[in-house]
Amino acid sequence: MATDMANKVYKDAKSALDGLLREGMTIMAGGFGLCGIPENLIVALRDSGVGNLTCISNNAGVDDAGLGLLLVTRQIKRMISSYVGENKTFSQQFLAGELEIEFNPQGTLAERIRAGGAGIPAFFTRTGVGTKVAEGKEVREFDGDKFVMETGLVAEVALVKAWRGDAAGNLVYRKSARNFNPMMATAGKITVAEVEELVPVGSLDPDHIHTPGIYVKRIIEGPSYEKRIEQRTVRKA
Amino acid sequence: MAWTREQMAARAAKELKDGYYVNLGIGIPTLVSNYVPEDVDITLQSENGMLGVGPFPLDNEVDADIINAGQQSVTEQKGTSYFSSADSFAMVRGGHIDLSILGAMEVAENGDLANWMIPGKMVKGMGGAMDLVAGVRRVIVTMEHVSKDGASKLLKECSLPLTGRRVVDMVISELGVFAIDKTGDGGVTLVELADGVTVDEVKAKTKAKLSIDAALKVA
Repeated sequence: MATDMANKVYKDAKSALDGLLREGMTIMAGGFGLCGIPENLIVALRDSGVGNLTCISNNAGVDDAGLGLLLVTRQIKRMISSYVGENKTFSQQFLAGELEIEFNPQGTLAERIRAGGAGIPAFFTRTGVGTKVAEGKEVREFDGDKFVMETGLVAEVALVKAWRGDAAGNLVYRKSARNFNPMMATAGKITVAEVEELVPVGSLDPDHIHTPGIYVKRIIEGPSYEKRIEQRTVRKA
Repeated sequence: MAWTREQMAARAAKELKDGYYVNLGIGIPTLVSNYVPEDVDITLQSENGMLGVGPFPLDNEVDADIINAGQQSVTEQKGTSYFSSADSFAMVRGGHIDLSILGAMEVAENGDLANWMIPGKMVKGMGGAMDLVAGVRRVIVTMEHVSKDGASKLLKECSLPLTGRRVVDMVISELGVFAIDKTGDGGVTLVELADGVTVDEVKAKTKAKLSIDAALKVA
C-alpha cells in the first residue's frame, strides 16, 4: 500500500502529464477566474504542444495567464465555460470563427461536473428554462414547474489545484480557491493534482480532507505560485 | 434630478431585511453593501463559494485565495464559510438565498430579464446570472432606465436573448422604483419617484405597460 501511494507523486508538472495527453482530447481545469487554477500543470500542458483540445473550465483565464496561455498558442478548439469576459484573445478568436464555445450557466456547469463524477448521466434544473440554454433539450414539468434536462460531464484528464495534499492523493483546498476543483477531481478519468505543499500522509486531519485520495491519480508539489488577483480591490485604513 | 448610481444603491438597500442571505451582482448592486441600514444584519453570498463576504481588504490584508464572484479581493467576516461551486449553486437553486440584486440590459413587463448576451457583439457568457434568477426567492434589478442611445430598457418584450422568464420582482432605475407583476399580466407599476422626476418623464422613457401607484397619483 505504501508503494502505491508513493507512485502517485511525480517530480514536476511535465512528468505528471507524461503519457496522458493526445490531440483532440477533453481536459477539465479547475479554478474560478485566476483563483485556484492549476498554474503549473497548465504551463506544462502548453509546453506539451498538444492541440485541438476541448477545455471544460468556468473561465478562459486572461491573455497571459491560466487557460489564456493555451488560447494564445491556439491549442484550444472548443471551450465549455460560463464566463469568458476577461479574455481579449478569446473574443477575437471566437468572433473570427476560430474557436467554439458552449456557454453553460455557472451552476449548471458545476452540477454537470458533479453529476459526471458521481455517475449520474443527467439531471433536471430550473436554470435556463425558456432561454437559449434550453433549446433542443428535454423540458419536463414537476409539480407544475418546468425544468430542463442537463447531462453530466466527464473528461479524460482533470487538472486541479489544492493548497495541501499528501502522497495518498488527499487534498485540502484553501478558502475561495476551492471553487470548481473538488467536482473536477471526481470527474476526470485521470485526475492530476498540484498542491502548494505536499505533506506527509497522516498529517492532514481526516475530518478536514475535501477530496479523498481515491480521486487523485497523480500529484505534484508546484515549485512556485503566482496566484495573481484579477481585481485587486482595497480599502483605506 | 434623477438618482445617481449611489442613490440607486441606497434605495435598493432599503429592500434588505434583517437576517437576509443576499447575493449582489457586479456594478451598482455591489454598492448596495455600503448602505445596509444599521439595524439590519445581512449575510452576503458569493457564488464562487463563499458565505459571509466582508469588505475590501486593507492593502496589507490582501489574500489571493479570498475572492468574490467579481474576481475582486475581499475579506472574511466572523462566521464566514467556504464551499465548492456545486454546493454554492445548490444554495442558489435550492431557494435558500432570500434576495438577488443584479444589473440588466432589458427587463420586460412580465419580469423577463436579458443581461448576458448581445448576438454578434458581446461574447462574455452568463456566469451565474441564470442560476440566480431561477433559484433566488426575490430578484431586484438596478439599471439605467434607458440605454446609451436613448432606448427604453423597460419594455413590453425583451429583444435580447433572455437570462430568465418571469423572474424580476422589482426594478430600481435613476427615475424611481417599479414593481413587476411576474406571475400575472399586471405589468409594471411605478411605486416611487426619484426626487425631481415627473410621472410624464417616466412614461416617456418606459415602453412597458405602466401603471402609477395610487399613492403617487395623490401627490
